[in-house]
Amino acid sequence: MNKIDNLFQTKGNDILSIYFTAGFPNLDDTTAILQQLQDSGADMVEVGIPFSDPMADGVVIQESSHHALQNGMNLDILFEQLEKIKANITMPIILMGYLNPVFKYGMEKFCKRCISAGVSGVIIPDLPIELYIKDYATIFAKSNLFYIPLVTPQTPDQRIEMLGRESKGFVYMVSTASITGSRPNLENSSDYFLRVRKILPDTPLLIGFGIQDASSFNTASKYANGGIIGTAFIKAVKEVSDQVDYKHALCQKADDFIKNIRGN
Amino acid sequence: MTAHYLKISSGKTKNTHKMEESIYNIDKDGFYGDFGGAFIPEMLQPNVDELLESYLRIMDESDFKKELRMLLTDFAGRPSPLYFAPRLSAHYKSKIFLKREDLNHTGSHKINNALGQILLAERLGKKRIIAETGAGQHGVATATVCALKGLECIVYMGATDVERQAPNVARMRMLGAKVVPVTSGNKTLKDATNEAIRDWISNPADTHYIIGSVVGPHPYPDLVARFQSIISEEMLEQLTEKIGRPYPDAIIACVGGGSNAAGAFYHYINNPNVKLFGAEGAGKGADTPETAATMAVGSIGILHGSKILLMQDKYGQITEPYSISAGLDYPGVGPMHSHLHATGRVTYLPITDTEALDAALELTRLEGIIPALESSHALAVLNKIKLTPEMNVVINLSGRGDKDMDTYTSYFGFDNE
Repeated sequence: MNKIDNLFQTKGNDILSIYFTAGFPNLDDTTAILQQLQDSGADMVEVGIPFSDPMADGVVIQESSHHALQNGMNLDILFEQLEKIKANITMPIILMGYLNPVFKYGMEKFCKRCISAGVSGVIIPDLPIELYIKDYATIFAKSNLFYIPLVTPQTPDQRIEMLGRESKGFVYMVSTASITGSRPNLENSSDYFLRVRKILPDTPLLIGFGIQDASSFNTASKYANGGIIGTAFIKAVKEVSDQVDYKHALCQKADDFIKNIRGN
Repeated sequence: MTAHYLKISSGKTKNTHKMEESIYNIDKDGFYGDFGGAFIPEMLQPNVDELLESYLRIMDESDFKKELRMLLTDFAGRPSPLYFAPRLSAHYKSKIFLKREDLNHTGSHKINNALGQILLAERLGKKRIIAETGAGQHGVATATVCALKGLECIVYMGATDVERQAPNVARMRMLGAKVVPVTSGNKTLKDATNEAIRDWISNPADTHYIIGSVVGPHPYPDLVARFQSIISEEMLEQLTEKIGRPYPDAIIACVGGGSNAAGAFYHYINNPNVKLFGAEGAGKGADTPETAATMAVGSIGILHGSKILLMQDKYGQITEPYSISAGLDYPGVGPMHSHLHATGRVTYLPITDTEALDAALELTRLEGIIPALESSHALAVLNKIKLTPEMNVVINLSGRGDKDMDTYTSYFGFDNE
């Protein structure tokens, strides 16, 4: 069974997923952050594949991507890092990134390496579901890799229904019309969250964009199966960039972050 | 005179669009062969769908056609002349005509598209207009049509370009636009486009994004090409009057994203008697890292919502382009040009900074016309192709050189004379 399905079947609520950019703050931090997030109680992670032109991201993720690329991160290195730590990671790993690096790598090769690196799902924001179905759905099906779709407050009901039907794992509810790193009041989107829940009563839903602390995470858990935090986490680990005992400080920071969100 | 797109009737939904009637043969998903499509995040889907479902219908409405026609004539000064350049012709021993888009209001072909899109935005009920700009020509055109219609205007411009095209920044501000310098990446056109897309994601309901070139997700490349098709439509009549037949032997245009070329080639794309040439910004040379010659060094990829030829590294990271001309300083070319390159219908030639600068001075001294740096790349093609005395060649002079005077002055040393 795909680890994502397993997660939502065994733990239905308060699912905490953390997004971070691979290769940031330093090239080899990816594995340490993964291990710490799991140990601290994150349920799932989204590892960001850095791209030179992240058009749906705010300044924080833009800068982390830029630094990661300067650090030398690329898909080959990322897969090697993931393979190295695969045996220790039981939570689902999702790769999230823009289409061009994946397209250039080759979708078939990308999916193959995802599976051998223990990746369970992929989020490619600029690959619309129609083009996914047309060009890539069969490759994904062969590898039991999930394509996770996004819905937004502007997505029409019929399209929400179709996105739920054509995808696997969960549906990513973008909280407001914005790029990453915005700070909306999630309660203002409650009608939209309830509408999506009504259209997709049996599909796991996670809310992302605008969750940054325990309070906003609790709101997300009220209207969905949990939430995804990216920008706030990246801001936190960015702060430790120049500490003396760097690795320890990094792990401590990640641990504090998760405990703070969980409220303990 | 009736524009090609004005003859097209359209249905109200995606599926009933008569896209086969577009001269560039786009399929129902917006692909030109292997290139094009709409590779957009879900956040942009409603915006793009709204445009897709309405653009052909609106462009076919009689009051739209009437108003656009009036504005193109009375506001922008169309038709732009087709000028026989006698001394340039004598120099190259051929018959060379200049399509004078530089004489349009605001100084380039960009006004054709800006006028069309502002009328479209108005009919879609949009109150806020955003645009990206490189050389500032599209920014000025957009700021102009926003002033004309009293709409809010925000122009994203790379910080590098804000500096090297200062006169255009001042013009935009005088016209009431807010110019936002973009500091990410190389601080040029690509980065300005990223920022405009981010704005559109954050303001999906009240904002129309006036893309300035034949790039971006479908239907933008088609939309912009149709608004620019007026260039070749006028050429049909003007050539008939001047040479007794509606087509020349060759057309030359510069290509950044490719909008002036799309307009100049439009009505000739299916005429095998017409050779078509595109001039790319080669910067310091297509064989150097400092270049924007996408056709020469690019490969297929996805940027800004469309599958195109792109300058990228082996991991699909976009390579920073370089050209002295801010309007050609873009790491991709629109999907129709990517396709026309693949089929071989159009020959694309890399033109270096120096070749363009020399061609600019040559035209100025031979004909008394100071061309934009972008258009100078097209002029430089005259040195690269075989010309004969019988040939009729049209060069699309896409813009005037006022905005480039600083560059010309320092390169030619006019300040030391």
